[in-house]
Amino acid sequence: MTEEVKLFGTWASIFSRRIEVALKLKGVQFEYIEENLSNKSPALLKYNPVHKKIPVLVHNGKPVAESLVILEYIDETWKHNPILPTDPYEKAMARFWAKYIDDKLWPAVTKVLVSKGEEQKGVIEEIQEQLKTLESELKEKKFFGGESLGFVDIAANIIVFLLVAQEALGMEILTEEKFPVLHGWYQRLVDDAVFKECMPPREQHLSSVKVWFGSSTPSK
Amino acid sequence: MANSDHIVLLDFSGSPFVMRVRLALAAKGIEYQIKEEDLTQSKSSLLLKVNPVHKKIPVLIHNGKPVCESLIIVEYIDEVWKDRCPLLPADPYQRAKAKFWADFIDKMVHPSSYKVWAANGEVQEAGKKEFIDRIKMLEGELKSNPYFGGETLGFLDIAFLPLYYWFHTLETFGKFSIEAECPKLVAWGKRCMEEEFVCASLPHPHKVYDLVVEYKKKMGI
Repeated sequence: MTEEVKLFGTWASIFSRRIEVALKLKGVQFEYIEENLSNKSPALLKYNPVHKKIPVLVHNGKPVAESLVILEYIDETWKHNPILPTDPYEKAMARFWAKYIDDKLWPAVTKVLVSKGEEQKGVIEEIQEQLKTLESELKEKKFFGGESLGFVDIAANIIVFLLVAQEALGMEILTEEKFPVLHGWYQRLVDDAVFKECMPPREQHLSSVKVWFGSSTPSK
Repeated sequence: MANSDHIVLLDFSGSPFVMRVRLALAAKGIEYQIKEEDLTQSKSSLLLKVNPVHKKIPVLIHNGKPVCESLIIVEYIDEVWKDRCPLLPADPYQRAKAKFWADFIDKMVHPSSYKVWAANGEVQEAGKKEFIDRIKMLEGELKSNPYFGGETLGFLDIAFLPLYYWFHTLETFGKFSIEAECPKLVAWGKRCMEEEFVCASLPHPHKVYDLVVEYKKKMGI
């Protein structure tokens, strides 16, 4: 049966990049559709009427939305190269850490980009506490998923955005000195053949972040 | 495995998140011990030990190993006790839809409900409208089925049912009628309440109201 797989995303969104990684890890052929978020396509609005957001995966005409839900759908549909563990407890742990990344790290990272002065300092400390928590989960492992990258590693691609953002805006949040374990993991992550193919082009990402979030106005 | 399982649930009466776990355990006929946490007092050393990251309930401790976050716990229960009463469907697409809507409840419906019972004035009014708009979207998912899970109660029913048990509380604080806006959803809730395992595991909606009044008073909300 011919399968039709489409992914609606944007080049800079770490959320749609997660889906690209999962599909490529499983060797699934797909059509990628770049959305313009200031002019959303009728197709996107049809496939995700609830949130009107990317990413959306459309498999044989059936849409799936919300990146972590999509990742699990992909893992259950294309069962080779699993990204989630089979053991229920290990699976629950993986889901816990992916949720932690989305519920805690992501809002803090977006906040640090728009806050200034004392408030920004506070958010930077908050992010660093979260990174310490993630490091304590990673421990001696090569990846959060163990020997190969898995669900949590894919979810933790937010760190790609964090590193670009901190360079673009001249902040120091995640440094090798402060986070040697996470730094080591990150080097392995971006060295992975599939993962590195799915990263936003660096120079373009840096200059876009500077345009979107960079500001010379001092804090009030 | 069944007879040697030791299961503890860290609980706080009235919490819609804990209620989800109680429902899942009851649906599968699993015996467990409850350890009541009083969220109006300082957190117990057990809670801080088993959920050091969030320090929140519910926590399910299965043979000494803690699982946190209510929907993650419900999925865990479904996967460990997969031989009885499956909560999630087998088909990946149907599973994804159930998880999408459960995520919608957490991200969109719960925050609105908070504004209804914990806020006043304009914030509360905005919360009421937001809450109704959002549960109407969920109501559409019932279609012509008796339950979100189809012919039987499933994952999404369990994810939302505790909020149905909070409707009386929300209506009383918000001075509005949810049934007038979402009759199909209220019919669904009443249907679920007819299930023995449901009323055996959850405090009656009027009791939930009393618990929330007490909570608000103690927390100065």
